[in-house]
Amino acid sequence: MLSRVADNLYWMSRYLERAEHTARLVDVELELWLDQARRAGAERWRFLLEALQAAPAGDSPVGATSLVETLVFNRSRPSSLVSSIASARENLRHVREQCSSEMWEQLNRLYLGVMDEQSDEARNLKSHAFLRGVRDGTHLFQGITDGTMSHGEGWQYIQLGRYVERTVTLALLIGAHFARLPHAPDQAVETAEYLEWIGLLKGCGAFESYCKAYTAEIRPVQVAEFLLLDPDFPHSVRFSVDCMEASLKTIADLTDRKAGMPARIAGRLRAQLSFSDIDEILSAGAPQFLQTVSRECAELHAAIHQIYFDYPVEAELAS
Amino acid sequence: MTATPTRLQSDAYSSFVNYQLDNSYDEMFESPGVPRAHYKTLHKTLLGMKPEELRRTQQAADLTFLHEGITFTVYGTKEGTERIFPNDLVPRIITEPEWSKIEKGLGQRIRALNLFLKDIYNRGQILSDGVVPRELIYSCRHFRREMRELRIPRDVYVSICGTDLVRMPSGEFAVLEDNLRVPSGVSYMLANRKVLKRVFPRLFRDYNVCPIDHYPQALLATLRSLAPANWSTQHDAATVLLTPGVANSAYFEHTFLAQQMGIELVEGRDLLVHDNVVYMRTTAGLRRVDVIYRRVDDDFLDPLRFRPDSSLGVPGLFNAYRAGNVTLANAIGTGVADDKAVYAYVPAIIRYYLGEEPVVPNVPTYLLTDESSRKMVLEKLDQMVVKAVGESGGYGMLIGPHSTAAQREEFRQRILADPRNYIAQPTLALSRAPCLIGDEIDSRHIDLRPYILFGEKVTLVPGGLTRVALPKGSLVVNSSQGGGSKDTWVLRAEPVPKPKPGEKPGPKIDVRGGDARAAEPARRPGGKPAQ
Repeated sequence: MLSRVADNLYWMSRYLERAEHTARLVDVELELWLDQARRAGAERWRFLLEALQAAPAGDSPVGATSLVETLVFNRSRPSSLVSSIASARENLRHVREQCSSEMWEQLNRLYLGVMDEQSDEARNLKSHAFLRGVRDGTHLFQGITDGTMSHGEGWQYIQLGRYVERTVTLALLIGAHFARLPHAPDQAVETAEYLEWIGLLKGCGAFESYCKAYTAEIRPVQVAEFLLLDPDFPHSVRFSVDCMEASLKTIADLTDRKAGMPARIAGRLRAQLSFSDIDEILSAGAPQFLQTVSRECAELHAAIHQIYFDYPVEAELAS
Repeated sequence: MTATPTRLQSDAYSSFVNYQLDNSYDEMFESPGVPRAHYKTLHKTLLGMKPEELRRTQQAADLTFLHEGITFTVYGTKEGTERIFPNDLVPRIITEPEWSKIEKGLGQRIRALNLFLKDIYNRGQILSDGVVPRELIYSCRHFRREMRELRIPRDVYVSICGTDLVRMPSGEFAVLEDNLRVPSGVSYMLANRKVLKRVFPRLFRDYNVCPIDHYPQALLATLRSLAPANWSTQHDAATVLLTPGVANSAYFEHTFLAQQMGIELVEGRDLLVHDNVVYMRTTAGLRRVDVIYRRVDDDFLDPLRFRPDSSLGVPGLFNAYRAGNVTLANAIGTGVADDKAVYAYVPAIIRYYLGEEPVVPNVPTYLLTDESSRKMVLEKLDQMVVKAVGESGGYGMLIGPHSTAAQREEFRQRILADPRNYIAQPTLALSRAPCLIGDEIDSRHIDLRPYILFGEKVTLVPGGLTRVALPKGSLVVNSSQGGGSKDTWVLRAEPVPKPKPGEKPGPKIDVRGGDARAAEPARRPGGKPAQ
């Protein structure tokens, strides 16, 4: 398929994943805030925004309005929820003939609904319906894509974009969390910090699945193990990397290209996650481990562009 | 146009209560309150719908257009952004005998124009014989000297044509103009049909309407039949659609057609030329391109040959074209044949090459290079429509009866300064058709643009785009100037014939009404595209 088109599908998918993640995160944080001590909540949010490189200037505490404004509605921020949906739709619009008409209709509908949401009523603690609507919309888009688009090369770029974005976002969120909270790995957390860990799990959509795997007892080592190494839960780092590698392999087959750089990086990451022990990771430091993951993903992203989207023409012609 | 409009009679409330009739041909009514035979069922259905029902139905149609993003971009307005293409719910109906004549006439026309183009880009026999003035051709901006003696597959210059027809007060159709460069609107034709099937399913069934959904297949077959002589027989001719990009007013149509045909939609930057062969940049490396359905004007196709400031084209494309390694549909230089001044000679062109009388006539046209015509036209500007020869989209036009004295004076100056650039036609009473305006049904002026394909043979899809001048009394139907469109129904003459004894029953492939799907799948299993 055209390189430009593959590029657009990849980015559309990354933006959609970003929007879905933001919607879930903000929804969870707003709910959590109701239970937290006021100052603790504000501090937590400032830390969160700093990790996302979205913190407002100055030292003032971050309020609910500020959080929602920054992460959801701020159009001058390219990574805000609204900007992400607009970018996703714009990317798809450029390659509209690649997707089914149902896919386009759904994304267009989601976009129109999000753009409509301008009133101040939405910008307060009552954002739940709106944020839930965004998540439902992105899930519906995913389902429609899986059901109506041929699972060929184009579909693989959509999967690749989703899982690259997911890996990067998870690494950022989990890394920030572990960096901030003191923890003795093997002990159950104190009540005061209980909410923070719940926040982390729910922010990844992982709370219920975690409980199924480990019961409601929150131990940092178990949380780390679940979010980093669980092979079955769709929002674990390991799962995302597995999917990334599978897509890259299929794409290499479909394009008759040698596996090359992207497959090597992905393979390396996957091996690390398959064969690491959680205790080793935690003793070396979870934030450090996750920073490595982020770095590798950035390299992977660059390699994908190099091989499939932006390759120099002279080299092609020579071969 | 200036006759007193009459009102329809009605005893109970009817949505037609304020319907205007005048001396133009009305598509639905043969006299006040009396619908033509083929419109009776539609009339009855509309009468039976209350105003709220009509409004709701229109809203449902509008919503479909909005959600599907069926839009176009309008230049010259403050917003200059995507607008939903205005559509009117009431279908326009054409009988089989009427269509049969149109089909014959337009087939004749496209064949004659192709022979004309071949002639003037080679020996110029028609010019030597004095049938068409030589200076008319050479003074035309769209005559491309680069095309002299350039051979192209099947000598087909125009493979996709959109001809605008109008119906005169007598009820006869006449050709208003040909569009031989980059005609658009076919996607709206297909979208209108889709929406109308959803909105009036029972009505659709009651009439026996010819289907049009095979247009993309027919177009693809036409394009493939023009594969260049040098293409490798190892694979199917790789066909692509070249678009100027998302900012273009017809972008929706480009994506729609590419998707329906199953071909790649490319922009200039996806293509490159190496050793006079065109390639496209894919994730699997460079892939050769054989046929380009180009929706980019000649001027912007190749910065090395035409406008050097164009970023929409492909450097070196013309060389690949001349080397016979790629086909462009339509060919470069077809604009000389849809020049409005050359239009006046088309009946003579048909007679010259085919030895036939035109089946569908031209509208009377005055060339302003002729002194006596010019004098007469300048005296009667308030009754004339004056058009700039190279423009399209309804721009550069003076509509006499609707113009101010200042506008007429401006055009008078322009004509005197550059008479070759203008033609004049008497103001036509375009036919009128019923349209849903608010809660009521009123008449508006319409035209008809059928689409003609020419590859191995001439193919016409029954109907075409009926364009509506939505503002009351307006004669300008172009979308860029606020026009809208309707679905066009061409009726089948009689039911599909029963198979004779001994004959196997089955669908006959009929170019007009059949299900002419391509036999081979567009993509091979395994994920690799066939082209």
